[in-house]
Amino acid sequence: MGKRKIYFKILIIFILAFLAGNLSYPKYFNQGVDFLNQKLSWKLSHFWEIPFKLGLDLQGGVHLLYQADLSNIAPEDRENSMEGLRDVIERRVNLFGVKEPVVQVQGERLIIELAGIKDVSEGIRMIGQTPYLEFKEQRSEEETQKILAKKKEIEGLTTEEIQKVGDWQLAFEDPYFKSTQLTGKYLKKSEIGFDQTTSKPLILIQFNEEGAKIFEELTEKNVGKQLAIYIDQNPISAPVVQEKISGGKAQITGKFTVEEAKELARNLNAGALPVPIKLISQQSVGPILGKISLEQSLKAGALGLLAIILFMILFYRLPGILSSIALGIYVALVLSFFKIIPVTLTLAGIGGFILSIGMAVDANILIFARMKEELAEKKTFSVSLEEGFKRAWSSIRDGNFTTLIVALFLFSFGTGFIKGFALTLGLGILLSMFSAIFITKTFLKSLEGTRLEKVGWLWR
Amino acid sequence: MNFNFLKFKKIYFFFSGILILGSLVCLIIFGLKPGIDFTGGSILEVEYKQERPSNKTIEEKLADIDLGKIHVQPAGERGVILRMKDIDEDTHQEVLQKLKEINEVEEKRFEAIGPAIGSELKKTTKIVIIFSLLAILLYIAFAFRRISQPVKSWQYGIAALLALFHDVLIPLGVFSVLGKIYGIQITIPVVVALLTVLGYSINDTVVVFDRIRENLWKITGISFEETVNKSFNQTLVRSISASLTTLFPLTAIFFFGGETLKYFSLALIIGIFLGTYSSIFIASSLLVSWSKWRKRA
Repeated sequence: MGKRKIYFKILIIFILAFLAGNLSYPKYFNQGVDFLNQKLSWKLSHFWEIPFKLGLDLQGGVHLLYQADLSNIAPEDRENSMEGLRDVIERRVNLFGVKEPVVQVQGERLIIELAGIKDVSEGIRMIGQTPYLEFKEQRSEEETQKILAKKKEIEGLTTEEIQKVGDWQLAFEDPYFKSTQLTGKYLKKSEIGFDQTTSKPLILIQFNEEGAKIFEELTEKNVGKQLAIYIDQNPISAPVVQEKISGGKAQITGKFTVEEAKELARNLNAGALPVPIKLISQQSVGPILGKISLEQSLKAGALGLLAIILFMILFYRLPGILSSIALGIYVALVLSFFKIIPVTLTLAGIGGFILSIGMAVDANILIFARMKEELAEKKTFSVSLEEGFKRAWSSIRDGNFTTLIVALFLFSFGTGFIKGFALTLGLGILLSMFSAIFITKTFLKSLEGTRLEKVGWLWR
Repeated sequence: MNFNFLKFKKIYFFFSGILILGSLVCLIIFGLKPGIDFTGGSILEVEYKQERPSNKTIEEKLADIDLGKIHVQPAGERGVILRMKDIDEDTHQEVLQKLKEINEVEEKRFEAIGPAIGSELKKTTKIVIIFSLLAILLYIAFAFRRISQPVKSWQYGIAALLALFHDVLIPLGVFSVLGKIYGIQITIPVVVALLTVLGYSINDTVVVFDRIRENLWKITGISFEETVNKSFNQTLVRSISASLTTLFPLTAIFFFGGETLKYFSLALIIGIFLGTYSSIFIASSLLVSWSKWRKRA
């Protein structure tokens, strides 16, 4: 390898280091640019700024896992219902004003991640609410009597006895109203309004085209009768239909406060849940703890890095210094990859990364230890260097290979914590091989044939 | 440097034997405390604005709510960690309300894991463990496929496996003691840490065995024991420096990295320390004892 080729490689490494360093921490570059722009009135632009993507445990937030009850849904419709569920919940979650909420379907489960949400409890309440809007029409007198009679018949009976009565299910029906086709499904929009005479709050409803048609038929059929509006199975109001209503507009009057009416209108807009859900797991981290965790883990990482650098320089002298520089570049490279991919950083991920720093040095140590041995056998610098790399390579490859295998298994089977850890560890290991083989080796090569090569104590 | 390390192999065996035996006894007597990741349950971490009330005050305050077996653990200066059965959101708010009645309090973290999720996590973790172990076994078989004489290649494999067993069993023993005294639980991070130890420790052993293999080819005319001892001397410094550089950041995480990573890093620290020790002192000593024993037989 000619000298020129090595200087070219060194140039590439420094450009890489410059880019990676500023990408992972652009603050100083940007300050410098600002300073120059101010002093010399240049118009340099800032460095490419990409923020780290922090996991919920580092920025605070909540991870919710819901189980959907699909027992009433035919198997072939389940996928559809889950998607419908996701859409509805997405709409609700979007009302929280949370940045980039995550709503994900996983089989019969729904994962919701809300970063930086202030009131988790309120959020859970709002997600779980099922405002189910339903219009019901009056039953005929005959039907009402029948149901009331049944109700009388089963009075005082135990559950088992009831089930022996013919048509017992009838007794549990609403005696006055029966369901119609018209539900919140056909809702286009709902908003709060005020009664013109009493100025009480009410809810204005606009049905979509299909709903408007159903509503028209329903009102036509029921002129002079009551049409009841139920929300979550509770009757809200039961106005008498004066005439056929076309155009799909209706209003719900009830005993609302302005606040209640607002919330109801909002929830109706957000839609009803197609299937019932149950919260089965919750993990929430307060924003303060998230910040503390981030600071603590970064501090730990920095201290660890410092200790490694000190050790390497004291123990391996000049190669130690070179490998410390390589390690610095390695850290900047990994951080840049985290930003570009982007990898969502969690505490576990930072743990994996810090661990990978320790392992990254391992490759350097293997090489230097080998080099030392070769030098001790009075071989020349160039030969020792080549031999050191050649002989250390199988150990580096094998060693990283085992850790990589474990990381791969952890990543493919694991969830949450395990995945985050495995990803950063695996990525770290791959880049560390590059750092040891390309960066450290090029640095050492560049000293080949210089006066430094001859100074024995620097190497031993 | 060529120090006769193998002379003391009985001491290494004795030392490790005691640790293994002790760990086994602790594991049998105390068992391991599985965390809520595996059993289902909930953790609530709060911090009091002023002085932290005593555990007893908290327990009494919460006595009316059905929380199963409740475990109150002080954390940091004014923090408290509560472990309870899996509770729903309403109960969670009720608990917070009760804690607020004692004194002003801030919620830092809440985790509730339903029993169904717990048993699922248990299952996936088991799969992960089994597959990682299989992968490592395959790797060992592959890495040592071509060594022979005077010790068979499968014997290298067995020695490496014994060393691995040693590296994972002892941390487990330590955790069973910690579980008994401080209520420390085996959580997913701890399991992950131990699996990583497996990968790391096998790597260390492979480096040492690689050297032995290389020296068996290169240097002839000396006994197997001398070859092992030479390889041992050559790899010692490297092994120790490598594990030191990994232990530095882990120690930093243990002391400064916060509660979540504390026991994760502890498991790694113990495991990596033992991994280095066992790959240098135990695995190669085993090989030598084996070859001698075969000769005698």
